[in-house]
Amino acid sequence: MTSANPTAAGRYPAGSAAFPHRDLTGLAGLAPWEILFLLDEAEQWVELNRQPHKRVDRLAGLTIINAFFENSTRTLLSFEIAGKRLGADVVNMHAAQSSVKKGETLIDTAMTLNAMRADAMVIRHASSGAVQLIADKVDCPVLNAGDGQHEHPTQGLLDALTIRRAKGDFGKLTVTICGDILHSRVARSNIHCLTTLGADVRVCAPPALMPAGIEAMKVTPFHDFDAALDGADVVMMLRLQQERMSGQFIPSPREYRHLYGLTLERLAKAKPDALVMHPGPMNRGIEIDSNVADLAGRSAITTQVEMGVAIRMACLDVLTRKSRGVEGWS
Amino acid sequence: MSTPAPITITNGRLVLPTGEPQAGALRCVEGRIAALGDITPHDGDTVIDAKGKLIAPGLVDLGVFTIDKPAFHFGGITRAALMPDQGVVLDKRSAVRFSAQSGKPDLWVHPLAAATKDLAGTELAELALMRDAGARAVSTGRRWIGDSGVMHRLLSYCAMLGLVVVTHAEDAGLTGAAVATAGEMATRLGLPSAPAEAEALAVARDIALAELTNARLHFRQVTTAAALNLVRAAKARGLAVTAGVTPAHALLSDVAVGDFRTFTRLSPPLRSEADRQAVLAALADGTIDVISSGHDPRGPEDKRLPFADAEPGMAGAETLLPLTLGLVRDGVIDTARAFALLAGNPAALLGVNAGVLAVGAEADIAVIDPDKPWIVDSDKMAAAAGNTPFDKQGVQGRALVLLKGGAVIDQ
Repeated sequence: MTSANPTAAGRYPAGSAAFPHRDLTGLAGLAPWEILFLLDEAEQWVELNRQPHKRVDRLAGLTIINAFFENSTRTLLSFEIAGKRLGADVVNMHAAQSSVKKGETLIDTAMTLNAMRADAMVIRHASSGAVQLIADKVDCPVLNAGDGQHEHPTQGLLDALTIRRAKGDFGKLTVTICGDILHSRVARSNIHCLTTLGADVRVCAPPALMPAGIEAMKVTPFHDFDAALDGADVVMMLRLQQERMSGQFIPSPREYRHLYGLTLERLAKAKPDALVMHPGPMNRGIEIDSNVADLAGRSAITTQVEMGVAIRMACLDVLTRKSRGVEGWS
Repeated sequence: MSTPAPITITNGRLVLPTGEPQAGALRCVEGRIAALGDITPHDGDTVIDAKGKLIAPGLVDLGVFTIDKPAFHFGGITRAALMPDQGVVLDKRSAVRFSAQSGKPDLWVHPLAAATKDLAGTELAELALMRDAGARAVSTGRRWIGDSGVMHRLLSYCAMLGLVVVTHAEDAGLTGAAVATAGEMATRLGLPSAPAEAEALAVARDIALAELTNARLHFRQVTTAAALNLVRAAKARGLAVTAGVTPAHALLSDVAVGDFRTFTRLSPPLRSEADRQAVLAALADGTIDVISSGHDPRGPEDKRLPFADAEPGMAGAETLLPLTLGLVRDGVIDTARAFALLAGNPAALLGVNAGVLAVGAEADIAVIDPDKPWIVDSDKMAAAAGNTPFDKQGVQGRALVLLKGGAVIDQ
């Protein structure tokens, strides 16, 4: 738990200089202290969320629009709960029910939402860069809830918070991320976040699911899962979409499990206290065995979900401080 | 246009096929160049004073997607070879005949016949009928013909007809839905990408088939070191293979794609810096024969979209001349070679008697101030849309006077 006055710790500058960005479209390019600021801010919400009474009025009167142009259950719910616990009016727009289906362009939809005077927009879209495109056109803070294969910054932050609470200092940690790195925005945001914070990051995937030039992102690529696991402090498994393991990139689900499934036996290659993570939803028995996913004391998978709400509350709070006229943020 | 009065352009520097520009004048009579060099106007000639600027052939733009006269005139382009990828695909002689007339009176339009019906890459189009209706070459359009059997039959048929085949060189199986070149930038941005080798694969196959069939093959754009090496080797073996490029691949690498700027979404996609350097080397050593604009104006409905959802293409006609002259200033090529790339070589490829300053050639002339500075501004372009990857960049070089067929069309 962080102190009531975190700037006293000297970790980051005072006021808006601690996070001098209107939007959160990605973690690439953020300074370590900007990330740490958001993690520290989230701690108070972790505590609040564990109380029976979970609601404050910090964002009372503000309207937050969750515009999801791609289907989501967990992330949408997490953002909705986060906004409501801060007292905001939260509205969800699902692409399936919207005029997007009628051929309206993304920009027109964004401008329509903008005209309704949202105080913040949370956007998910299937195309990389789509959230930035909207952010450039609207007048309110924009949070990226996942854009194509580019970034999913709140996932990166919640994973970092989960790791920090279990393991402490990032500088001493080796994190192994295994799965469909090529198509994963979760992997990219985690890579940016964890390397910025000083962790040693390994990525593991078969060649067809490993993006070209990944070394430039300051990670070590592996194809051999056992080697990638050796001595790891954290093992983060990624979801592999069903169609990609049925002949397209991988011959079959069972062949994928054979090479890249996290079994108890494999987990033993990592450190004895290695943390097991998965952003969900899991393919149990494929990329992760049930007895690993449910391993008490080791699996942080439900903790990740819990941290997700706190991180999203912190992001919504911080990004609306300017419009709320919080001292030092105007 | 009726036959214009003779025109003499005086006091200029003539861009000849070789050597540095030479002081002199040029006289046009009945649509053709009648004399050039140390000459004086005849009585009754219309006299244009070039004021010491370049007198050059009008640009011949090989492979544009739209007839966009304001942009072409701005850019000093007097001839445009139109890609077959039109609303009505240029796969029938009626469509070819119509588009061949569409530039009159102030622009030559040379339609490129679709190689296959509806550009689907499966059945050969009526190529001889289209040739005789005015098609100057055959093109596979925006796409590669994936079926090697179809490509083989196409090349052998075109070899018989004496038609150059202009092809797009990307192995479609490897590129799939890619919108970027595999590498650090595409990985950081999370964009669907394909290895740059997709180009070399396509070039290697098509060179092999051209060698087999004795066909004349032109790769509209060659943008990678590996593929340029294949073209270089084919030329050394004496094959009738030529290559083109746009200024974008000579001057920009995939770093420009950062921030998801859809004006940099091109086909083929921007490449690595090493490949960009290979393009410059190939321009310098003669491996590349043609620089074209790839002119493809696209409005917000096609470009104000997420990167992968946007259409590829750039409005290139206005920037073709100044960006190529920039290569001269940078010492990559000399002025004579710049105009061989912009006019002489594409004219020869299309089989038209133009693109060079020579007695008897069509009098398509541009008077050009190679140093005139201006700033590219996507909001203020002559083109139908301002989708330029060179937005806000300072450039030098403007056409001041343009003659088509010996008549002034822009001054």
